[in-house]
Order: sequence, then structure tokens, then C-alpha cells
Amino acid sequence: MVRRRAAPRRAGLDELGLKRAFAQRLLPFLVAAMAFLAALAIAGMLAAASLARHWQEGAGASLTVEVPNPEAPATSDGLPRAAAVLATLKKTPGVIAARRLGETEIDALLRPWLGTTPAALGIAVPGVIALRLAPGMALGAADSAQLARLAAGIVIEDHGPWLARLSTLARSLEACAALALGVVGALAALVVAVATRAGLSARREALEIIHGLGASDGYIAARFAARTTLLAGLGGVYGALLALPVLVILADLAAPFAAGAISAGSPETIGAPATLLAGFLALPQSMWLALPALPVAAAAIGWLTTQSTVRQWLRSLP
Amino acid sequence: MISFQSVGFSYPGVGSGAGASRAAVLQDISFAIPAGGFRWLLGASGAGKTSLLRLLYLAARPSQGEAIILGTRLASTSRHERALLRRQIGVVFQDFRLLGYLSAFDNVALPLRLAGRPEGQIRADVVEMLRWVGLAERLETLPAMLSGGEQQRVAIARAVINRPRLILADEPTGNLDDAQAERLMQLLAELNRLGTSIVVASHNEALVARYPAPALRLEAGRLVADG
Repeated sequence: MVRRRAAPRRAGLDELGLKRAFAQRLLPFLVAAMAFLAALAIAGMLAAASLARHWQEGAGASLTVEVPNPEAPATSDGLPRAAAVLATLKKTPGVIAARRLGETEIDALLRPWLGTTPAALGIAVPGVIALRLAPGMALGAADSAQLARLAAGIVIEDHGPWLARLSTLARSLEACAALALGVVGALAALVVAVATRAGLSARREALEIIHGLGASDGYIAARFAARTTLLAGLGGVYGALLALPVLVILADLAAPFAAGAISAGSPETIGAPATLLAGFLALPQSMWLALPALPVAAAAIGWLTTQSTVRQWLRSLP
Repeated sequence: MISFQSVGFSYPGVGSGAGASRAAVLQDISFAIPAGGFRWLLGASGAGKTSLLRLLYLAARPSQGEAIILGTRLASTSRHERALLRRQIGVVFQDFRLLGYLSAFDNVALPLRLAGRPEGQIRADVVEMLRWVGLAERLETLPAMLSGGEQQRVAIARAVINRPRLILADEPTGNLDDAQAERLMQLLAELNRLGTSIVVASHNEALVARYPAPALRLEAGRLVADG
């Protein structure tokens, strides 16, 4: 038998009466809710990934070395203890950068606890050296021993263990968000399948007639899929638009942390037009790519689910 | 050609699996209709006429035996091949089976669209067919706005619009007045003369007498006469 290509259909012709389907009218709103949740899950996933990356690449590779009596002479040479430790650290393999914090920086760090500068209280503060290590590198026991010989009593604060826990936490959050995204996708598919089944049941008589007139499974599935793809895509658009202001507010809230400057925003300014604009601009590029992808993903889920559901249902006809 | 060899048909009964009971509707049906043949399908209510028609228009599949429709052995066809085969069969149902949300025009155009006829070539044929059945002024009317006889005429137009190789009719004149019934039979006779195979199930003995042709007579699901 010769398989003929389907002819162009008359615009607006609705052989299956799908435009009248009540369940399918609800579909965009149900999918919009799913798309909204998916947008939040994606935002959570991206935020968690960003945090994990930030911790691993940034703070994760840093540590501090405190040198008591920093200006006293070192034991092995004539240099002050802090300068001797700093010089040794700069030559240690794996150390990318090492610098001694200035007095102003230390004052700023301690002011929240002391209420004033250490000098005003007559407190002797140690010299503080900030180190950045290459990824995967750490100061070994030999390095620590060498530093201790230079300046007895030094304290090396390795942020690694708790940063590793934070990183694991961030990865777990990322996995949870990905799982939530998967669940939302599965729920969307379920919603489409239920709506399609309702549509099929409501139209059983019409489907039997059209099937009897020679409509192939592919023809009927394509009619249903075209309808649900449109409705699911619309739902995706609604959901993405609904999520946008929420994401802007969240980005506005997160902007100070992302910038690393606590003073960049305050609770009083949240929601103000200027900060909302800042939040709008602060949305990461990946989120701007994800939002338009939501309607496409919703439409794809709608098409695939409907094709599969209709073809399976049509198996009940001879 | 159409050929049934020891065909049986039963609807699924109570239960499931091997223990399910099945109500036999047709048993050991064997007959052949050559291409271009005409057969009346006769029998009392419940004799199995509608079930036999359902097998012929592929709305059901035989439970037993071998059926060949328009030269195609049903047992070895794919779903897509059966869909293509259905496009070569026109059916006039007793209860019309029109799509209530489509106009008379779109109901009649449906087989042509399903067969892939370009939209530009459909209108003239559909209008001509509806004019032939006396509904040229009701092209855009929904079935609910048509009388029973008019709906039957739309159903007839839909059944013959794509010049099928086989036409099946289940009590086709039941809702027609004498003049319309006469016109329908003349149409079927003309299509048969042009080579279309036709099977008409009817209780109307007067109609059968006016158009003498071989008959398949069923009694209690068995074929008791062929000829």
C-alpha cells in the first residue's frame, strides 16, 4: 500500500473537538504551576552550584596563619617573625598567594567584637597572614613544623574541614533541587497524561468514528499532541512570567552575598524599585537561559506524553 | 474481493484470562464476494448482521478463521495498513455517526482529508456530493440542526465521497422517505455498476424485492444461505 503524505489542513479545523475540552482548558494553569515550581527549583540548583563553586574555588583554598609577637626576631634569622614566616610561605609549594593583613584590616575584623581597636584597649594582636593555596593543595606537617621553628606558637587555621562540609551541603542542596526539578517534570507529565486521558474518554465516540474512517494512530496522536503542546507551552510561558518577579526579589536579596559586600543592601531597601532593578540585573545568565527554556521544556513534555498516551489508548481500538 | 473462511466472532465476556467466558456472536461463517459484487445481508434482529458488518469494516477482528477484505489478509496487517484499508471502505450507519461539532460540509469532507486530499481539491467534490443528496443549502449546518433524514443523507454522502472500493450499509433507508430511499438505492446500484462492492443489511423486504441480488442470510450467528 502506498503511504500518502498528509495534506495541509484547513486552518482552525478541529476534527476531534479538542478546543471544547474542559480538562484541556485547565491544562495551561496546571502546567504554569509546574513551570513556576521548576523555575524556583532551577534557581535553587544554580544558587547551590554557585555557592559550592565559590566555596571550593575561593574560600575553600584559603587559610590563615596567626603569628604571635609578629615583630619579634625570628629564631633562625634576623627577620621579624611575621616577615620570616611570610617569606617562607611564599616559597612553599602549592601556595599561590600570601600576604600579611594590614593593621586597618585587622582592626576592621575585630571591631564588631571589641567595639574599638585593639590598640585602644591595649591588646596585643598577632600578625595575620592570609594564604591562597592551589586547588587540592594543603600545608603538610613538615611545612607546619618548619614554620613553628621560625616562630614558635604560630597557629595555622585551616578552613578546609568545615568548608568541605559546606561544599558537601551545597552539593546536596544542588542534588535536592535537581531532584525537585525532576519530580516537577514528572508531575507535569502526569498532569498532561491525565488531561489527555480525560480528553480521550470524553471523545471516545468521535475517535471511534474517525478511526473507522481510516485515521491512523499517528494522525489522531498528532491532533492531540498539537493541542497539548500548545497548551503546555502556554502554561510554561505563564509559569516563567509568574516566576520572574519572585526570582528578581530573591536575586535582590542574594546580591549582597554574591558581591561579597554586606553593606550593599539592607532589609529596608528590599522591594524598592532601584533594588528590584538591581535584582533584575543580578539574575545570572544561566537563569536568563533557563526561563525561556521552561515553555520549550513544557511543550516537549506535553508532546511526548500526549503522543505516548494517545497511542497507548488507541490500542484499545482494532 | 472479500473472503471469509470459518470465521467466528465473540465479544469478551465475564472474567479474564483463560477462564473468561465469551459470548459467540458469529460462528463458522464462510462466504466470498467478488470484486464489484452486491450482497444483501438479511436476518432477524440479533442474528449477527451488525457484528458481521463490524468485521467487514474492521471495527472488530475475527476470533477465529481467516478474513480477507479487498484482497488483504487481515491477520497479517499492521495497524497502519488497516487504517489505509478502512479508507477504501465506506460505511452508512443506522445511527448516522456524524460528528456533532462539525458542519455537514466538514463531516463529508473528513474522509477526503484523512486520505490526504489537498484542501483545494476538496470543496468542489463535497459541494457536489451534498447537492446530490439534496443538502446544497445546508453545507454549514451542524447535524443537530438537521432532521433524521437529512443526517442520514449526510452520512451517505460521507460514505461515498471518496469512491470507496467497498460500501457497507446498515439499514440505510430506515430514516429516509420513499423518494430518498429510491435515490439511495439508485446511487448504490450505480456505484456497484462502476465496480464498487456493496453489502447492505436490511429488514425492508419490499426494498430487497425491488433490487434483486444475492443475499447472505444469517440465523443465530450462522450463515444459512449465500446466494
